[in-house]
Amino acid sequence: MASLNDYLLVSGLLFAIGLAGVVLRRNIIIVFMCLELMLSAANLTLVAFSRFHPAPNGLPDYNGQMLVFFVITVAAAEVAVGLAIIVALYRARQTIHTDELTSLKG
Amino acid sequence: MPSYLFWLFSTLMLIGGTTVIAFRNPVSSALSVVTCFVGLAGLFIGLSAFFVGVIQILVYTGAVMVLFLFIIMLLDLKDEEKRSKSLLPVAAGLGLFIAFVVQLFGILSRSPDVKAPALDAQTLASAATGFPAKSKIAITLNEGKLPDVHLIGHTLFTQYNLPLQILGVLLLVATVGVVVLSKKQAD
Repeated sequence: MASLNDYLLVSGLLFAIGLAGVVLRRNIIIVFMCLELMLSAANLTLVAFSRFHPAPNGLPDYNGQMLVFFVITVAAAEVAVGLAIIVALYRARQTIHTDELTSLKG
Repeated sequence: MPSYLFWLFSTLMLIGGTTVIAFRNPVSSALSVVTCFVGLAGLFIGLSAFFVGVIQILVYTGAVMVLFLFIIMLLDLKDEEKRSKSLLPVAAGLGLFIAFVVQLFGILSRSPDVKAPALDAQTLASAATGFPAKSKIAITLNEGKLPDVHLIGHTLFTQYNLPLQILGVLLLVATVGVVVLSKKQAD
């Protein structure tokens, strides 16, 4: 049986991979996918805590899974809006590379 | 969940996550995210969160990643392979990764480890006393199974009814926002 720390280790590693991807990739779509990875890593932590720290009646703590449900829904809405912004950006600039978006650079 | 399945699914998930940032082609990256999320759904199901595992597959890999693939196809990104790699962001990303992992191990080595509490027939039957005797939840619990979807529905519509309504408004706002954003600007 895997213990709580195993799950926390795996989700922490997934979060670190997502964080590294956000910093080192220049393509804004890949950056966006890495944000999704980080959100999912947080979801794994929530579900692991809900299983390993049960509610007083002995069942898994469903408050944690409610939060996961809300996170997934908000992430879906965020993806829809974010991709619409990326498409609008591509129409205006013909690029989605963060290195070439320098309008605010002094 | 048996230990070997945990390590199988977590290895699948971490390999998928690593290849997202390793591949240069955005389509390969999107398919790696799908791999990563399939492994993650396996972990959810191993944690007896069946509903969350299923919506992870349906919403994330079914809807969100297909949306990503559509946008990648629409934008037709071919120039990534030709770009020269700059070393500074790679070094910054790896440095951040290493710092985070060192901290993670530092915290996990000191935090108490918890074994999974048993979800056997006795625990489930004693939990069934908290629900009305003829309800579907109590009947399934007395059969020795975990009625995951029923319990989530019960929690969602009793304790979390107002957040659920607000979430509906949020989805409506997102839908309207996407339509407004992607409408061709008349100029």
